[in-house]
Amino acid sequence: MSEPHDHRHGRDDEDSVSYYRTMEIAVRSLLIEKGIFSAQDVRRTVEAMDGRNYSRGARVVAHAWQDGAYRARLLANGTAAVEELGMQVGPLKLVVVENTPAVHNVVVCTLCSCYPRMLLGLPPDWYKSREYRSRVVREPRAVLADFGTALPADVTIRVHDSTADMRYMVLPMRPPASAGESAAQLERRISRDALVGTAVIDR
Amino acid sequence: MTMRSNHDMGGLAAGRLTPREHEYEPWEKRVDALMMLLSSKQRQLLTVDELRRNIEALGADAYDRMTYYERWMHAIGQTLIQRGVINIDELGRRMEEVRAAGGPDAAVNQ
Repeated sequence: MSEPHDHRHGRDDEDSVSYYRTMEIAVRSLLIEKGIFSAQDVRRTVEAMDGRNYSRGARVVAHAWQDGAYRARLLANGTAAVEELGMQVGPLKLVVVENTPAVHNVVVCTLCSCYPRMLLGLPPDWYKSREYRSRVVREPRAVLADFGTALPADVTIRVHDSTADMRYMVLPMRPPASAGESAAQLERRISRDALVGTAVIDR
Repeated sequence: MTMRSNHDMGGLAAGRLTPREHEYEPWEKRVDALMMLLSSKQRQLLTVDELRRNIEALGADAYDRMTYYERWMHAIGQTLIQRGVINIDELGRRMEEVRAAGGPDAAVNQ
């Protein structure tokens, strides 16, 4: 079987997005006919996807901020510690990297778009962009500046490149003003970008 | 020296980043769902590595021209054909039927 590498398709009047939307409908209907999954499986999967967002990651972080023993377990084995809270990670190694006054962590996937979606939901557009993937490993400070994030010059920035089998999430520093707050209050302080490392939690 | 392939962009120069969000289109979510269902433990009809291999096999032009989920859909289709789960003729025929029925805008998807 030859692979069709030419992507100007059979029809001159069909643009690329129409072609692939048509293919999605065709593939889905063929697979349903063959009994590989049902239309309901597709619907449920999309609904579950819609229900997953970074609040899951925020829950993990707030718990780690409140419980030092949990924090240690999270840093030692992210997958196991997240599953302790009843969330499934899947067949992946999850690595949680901790920000400190001396080290700030940033997550990328230079080769594609691997993202801790089980904790953060689907990745934003910029995470998949050529600009982010290319530059963040070489000039992370300049990229953080594109996000309006500035770090003191003496802070080391460590960039982690994800793979299909290994995903990273950042454990941000707990803001000093949050002393004594409940888990729910802490979770509200946490932004998605802080969990990727392109933002910090400054209040 | 090895050739750097197009997807391998870490460390290269690129323009200023605009932190753009993206509202996922319904069809894009369904493509994502196809990937999740096909790669699930009970089905195992697609691995992330196959998805990537088929995306990385795209020419540089196509890679840059196509959107993210267009690349995914391409790779899912390729993987299913390579594994013999579907064949290219039935896929072509089914796509023609979708077009004949008015194309993707006319399709009642769910």
